[in-house]
Amino acid sequence: MRHEFRLTVGPVGFRIGSDWREPLDRLAALYDGYPETALPDFTVRLFAQRPWRRFIRPSVMIGGDYMLPDAAPMALAHGLLAAEMGMNLQMALGQRRYLLLHASAAEKGGKAVLMTGASGAGKSTLSALLGERGWRLMGDEFALVDCETGLLHAFPRLVSLKNEAIALFEGQVDARRFGPKLSDTPKGTIRHMRPNDEAVAHMAEPVKPALLLFPRFGHEAAVRPMGAGEVFVRLTQASTNYVALGEAGFDALSSLVKTVPTRAIDYPDTETALRLVEQLWTESSL
Amino acid sequence: MPAPVYRADPEKARRIVQLDSVTLIFHRASGLTHIVAPPAPEILAALAEGDADAATLLDRLKRDFDFGEDEELEAALSARLAELETAGLVWRP
Amino acid sequence: MNDASALVRALRDPASVKSLDSDGWTALVSIARAEQLAGSLAYQVQGLELPAAAVRLMADARRSAEHQRRQALWEAEMARRALGDLDVPVILLKGTAYVAAGLSAGIGRSIGDLDILVPRDALDAVERALIERGGWEWVKEDEYDDAYYRDHMHELPPLIHKERDRMIDVHHTILPRTAKPTPDAQALVADSVPMANGLHFLSPPDMICHAAAHLFADGDLAGGLRNLWDIDRLCRDFFTQPGFWETLGERAERHELAKPVGRALRLAETLYGTPVDGDVAGRARAGDGLYLRRLFARDGWGCETRKPLRFAFYLRSHWLRMPPLMLARHLFTKWRKA
Repeated sequence: MRHEFRLTVGPVGFRIGSDWREPLDRLAALYDGYPETALPDFTVRLFAQRPWRRFIRPSVMIGGDYMLPDAAPMALAHGLLAAEMGMNLQMALGQRRYLLLHASAAEKGGKAVLMTGASGAGKSTLSALLGERGWRLMGDEFALVDCETGLLHAFPRLVSLKNEAIALFEGQVDARRFGPKLSDTPKGTIRHMRPNDEAVAHMAEPVKPALLLFPRFGHEAAVRPMGAGEVFVRLTQASTNYVALGEAGFDALSSLVKTVPTRAIDYPDTETALRLVEQLWTESSL
Repeated sequence: MPAPVYRADPEKARRIVQLDSVTLIFHRASGLTHIVAPPAPEILAALAEGDADAATLLDRLKRDFDFGEDEELEAALSARLAELETAGLVWRP
Repeated sequence: MNDASALVRALRDPASVKSLDSDGWTALVSIARAEQLAGSLAYQVQGLELPAAAVRLMADARRSAEHQRRQALWEAEMARRALGDLDVPVILLKGTAYVAAGLSAGIGRSIGDLDILVPRDALDAVERALIERGGWEWVKEDEYDDAYYRDHMHELPPLIHKERDRMIDVHHTILPRTAKPTPDAQALVADSVPMANGLHFLSPPDMICHAAAHLFADGDLAGGLRNLWDIDRLCRDFFTQPGFWETLGERAERHELAKPVGRALRLAETLYGTPVDGDVAGRARAGDGLYLRRLFARDGWGCETRKPLRFAFYLRSHWLRMPPLMLARHLFTKWRKA
């Protein structure tokens, strides 16, 4: 590979190689201050489909230690997104040390709230907003559960803001934290945002999960209890490696479900959601 | 056709966690997790005593549980056993 | 070094990894993952004093291999339950056979689908039992692919399990019917070894013949390092048994696989220092070097290198599998659909 960039996100080290310089320059700027890694856990490769495609209508193929056989190439202008997807792919296919939950997380007072649910539920946006309002953002996409200790490890990659969510942050946070606005991606318009300094400085500190929420956007405000069986099933569905971790994964997940209070919350707008989260957080710490 | 005789793994082959209304069974041989409602855990425990067909198994279960007298019981038990067979938790030796 | 030799050296002489710096380890891990040998490597270096990050990565790889081992054995067990009443020998192949038989080749091995071999005249009954009793179903294939499998391949179109989402490939021989060598499928079945649970595995010499046939005939030599590692481990497990090499020589002749087996042994010896017998391995040939270059064609990022060489091997492997006219028809049908 012609160009290389290395970084550590939470407890996971990455090496990213690229046929082009540009996507890695963008990564380096946004991930400035994240630790280096000498022996990365995963390698990501961004490469041209054919040698001449480096220059002519350049399109980026996403590869690495773990690959999907028919991943479609992306425009070079979306190279930053390709790099982020490449890292996600390694985690989704290759992570075997931590139970990986497709969930966002934020910390306050040494304990964490976990938010999961179908895509479009708003878990990413909510965690990012919490991260700007006195909480420490632990991650907007993946949460890592240590199977031995039950503690939650942060994985604060760039926040991937989509469509309407972008406007919630533009003008509110330091402009230097934003990546370029990427239009017409497969997911619409995307803009990456660097987590704040607090999130980066403390990313190596795991904490106890204290509240688990299943948010749902587009409904009247409501809080509902959930049966433990349903919670367990939905978390297995939200995990990419639950089955692969075997009994250790079973123990970690079942004890998470047994010990962490869980609620489903419906919300019509983000301000209401944040209020509900704070309210449930206060109640759960009583 | 005689009623099929079933066998189950010994209890140590399973890790069981109770969650309010359901039981989680982690089956060590397959690495599969099963989420079951009563009386599946009870059937597995009774079958762990030794191979049995539905009638024999029902006698064992009646020893420990009061089902009352119901003619449908054996048919219901056969249906549960077939489900457990599909899940790989019991098999025909 | 900038090719897969770093991996070969680590497998052959595990203590040699102690001299690796972190860049050496980084390359080794990516190459091992790309070659599907991370688990095998992780068990080879287990117990050695390694950098903390390497210890963690190797533990991850062992965890992953352990999961694949458990899953493979379970799929075999479920096939056994579905096929138990048929009274036909069900022979496990490749990775699943190695772990079920407790062979060194199974240690840390990555295992994908379940492959089984059954007598050709039992195919229909096996297929029916897997579908009706076992809960497997056809992977959606269109008619052409289906007919293609049935007419020309050495296996049924793949079946997938409805609940567990795992595939099973049912073979009646170890090479496509269109391939030039015609292994003696009856002899494979007749000499297979029963295990306590009633499932079988191929006799050790036949396992080596199968691995060698697979190496040269099935695919473009991709996965060759792993295949040769299998052969190395099998030879080490069995070569001290009296008459092993003679039997291997006879079996290779009988299956029309003497040349592939000889070349596989020579390559394994060169790569892994495999104990081999000169009569079965035969004398070095000019092509061996080309094969070795192809096997090493991977850089420190895990990328395939030497593309033209790879393409030559791909064409070659297709020619081996299908007589030319049939190949043209096959490709044409694929192009039209694309």
